[in-house]
Amino acid sequence: MQAHPCPRRARLANAVSDSKPTAGLGVFGRILKPFADFISAFGAHMIMLFSAFVWLFRRPFRLRLFWEQMEFIGVGSLPIVMLVGFFSGAVSALQAINALSIFDQERWVGVTVGVSLAEELAPVFAGLMITARAGSGIATELGSMRITEQIDALTTFAVNPTQYLITPRVVAGALMVPVLTMAFNIIGLVGAYLVSITVHNLDVGQVTGLFTYWVDPRNYIKGLCKAFVFGLALTLAACYQGFNVRGGAKEVGLATTRSVVTGSVCILVLDYFLIEVLNAFWPISGE
Amino acid sequence: MSPGIADSTPPDKRDERWQIRIRGLHKTFGPQHVLRGIDLDIERGKTNIIIGGSGQGKSVFMKHLMGLLQPDSGHIYVDGQDIVGLGEVDLGKLRRKFGMVFQYAALFDSMTVMENIAFPLLERYHLPVKEVEGRVWDLLKRLALAEVPGVDMKFPSQLSGGQRKRVGLARALIDRPEILLYDEPTTGLDPIATKNVDDMIRRTADEFAVTSVVISHDMASTFRIGDRVSMLYEGVMAVSGTPAEVRQSDHPVLREFLEMSGMGEKPLLAAPVGGGK
Repeated sequence: MQAHPCPRRARLANAVSDSKPTAGLGVFGRILKPFADFISAFGAHMIMLFSAFVWLFRRPFRLRLFWEQMEFIGVGSLPIVMLVGFFSGAVSALQAINALSIFDQERWVGVTVGVSLAEELAPVFAGLMITARAGSGIATELGSMRITEQIDALTTFAVNPTQYLITPRVVAGALMVPVLTMAFNIIGLVGAYLVSITVHNLDVGQVTGLFTYWVDPRNYIKGLCKAFVFGLALTLAACYQGFNVRGGAKEVGLATTRSVVTGSVCILVLDYFLIEVLNAFWPISGE
Repeated sequence: MSPGIADSTPPDKRDERWQIRIRGLHKTFGPQHVLRGIDLDIERGKTNIIIGGSGQGKSVFMKHLMGLLQPDSGHIYVDGQDIVGLGEVDLGKLRRKFGMVFQYAALFDSMTVMENIAFPLLERYHLPVKEVEGRVWDLLKRLALAEVPGVDMKFPSQLSGGQRKRVGLARALIDRPEILLYDEPTTGLDPIATKNVDDMIRRTADEFAVTSVVISHDMASTFRIGDRVSMLYEGVMAVSGTPAEVRQSDHPVLREFLEMSGMGEKPLLAAPVGGGK
């Protein structure tokens, strides 16, 4: 092999080439690597979830940590969820009225907004808001703890970091996202009511009557099932990214970004599959 | 091989002089072979210093002593018990013998000084709050932290670097460990604070009768406080012995270390010059 004319540049070129994650792989290796990485990351997330679940039932039970996380994820996210919920309900009602007015059927606005909030808008939007607020916070906190050796310090005191840090956050996420989803539903309906009845002067009896007749508890159960899974997914993604930070402040920032992206993508992808599964249990046509 | 380096034969478990004995320790991270067969004996009740350049694997080596990392091969005997391959429960019991002072103290940001120091006791035992607070205040006094106004309710971000190190030491000492590990305790401190931390390590070793293992690349500190000094170089213990023996060594990297620290000349007498005991 011909020597590089400038040894310094040759070293630099080698260093750059070695630092590429696909360095040394063949064509098939390069094609398959993203799939292998995805499967590896998925497996690592599942192992962390399983480990968090196992540690939930082992002593000591630190209820204080669960309360703290439920307060951080639940109470802390309430204002932003309420704000987004109000305007989501109001905008949905506005658009529904515009569309339904073509057929002179505005009285169906309560049903339209109620079902879409219960099954789709509330769990997905609440999940996305909590990912942005609490998920990023979790990833940053755990990442900072990792790079400042606080997680190693926990281990030196014979405290299992998964039990102490991951389990309370995942449980709090799974419990609080459904609660916030219900808050989103309620405030969203308030927004829709104000737009329909106060702004557009629709008949309150017709709108609420159709709503109470057609919107079913099953709609809310479906939404809450989704919210439970979203809560697990978003906290797990945040914990995984934060817990596995290596390096310094830059890596903590990257982990935070990845946690929000992963959490948001998980919510939207899981939403599709959950619709399929939940509709199999509670068919739309099975009124 | 320099005098004083342990050989790789299995150690005599009945020998009370050595609290930790390491044999043939190897550790690899991906393509990096960090530890390449370390043999070392840590003397009971003494201050054992491990020196070496950056990136030589000193911290990796220390994490093996507490079972925070598992080696690829080799053995670590703590009081005669091989800790390699122990399960999480047994490692938990073993770790009660150890206290660790981290490079940047690793205090929990969300907790006050009182909560940080009390943490190991609250996690391990069901003690009355008054007893825990009493033990924390006792340590705060012994480490000259009690004179800082309202120190118990301060958060780590409100403390100076030296104070943080002392709180980290108090947290490591609260459960009365037999072995104290210090990971580069003087990094980032000014010369006066460095001297204070050195004194603190020396005093702690004497007052609490603990075996100390100190990772350092500060040669002045090493010879000020060390009873035994070992040098980690290219994954093995290149030099090991008393400070006087180490200063006599002809190892080129050690000589360079000493020269760069202004200690290049070999002492005429075999007695320790830098305060080693």
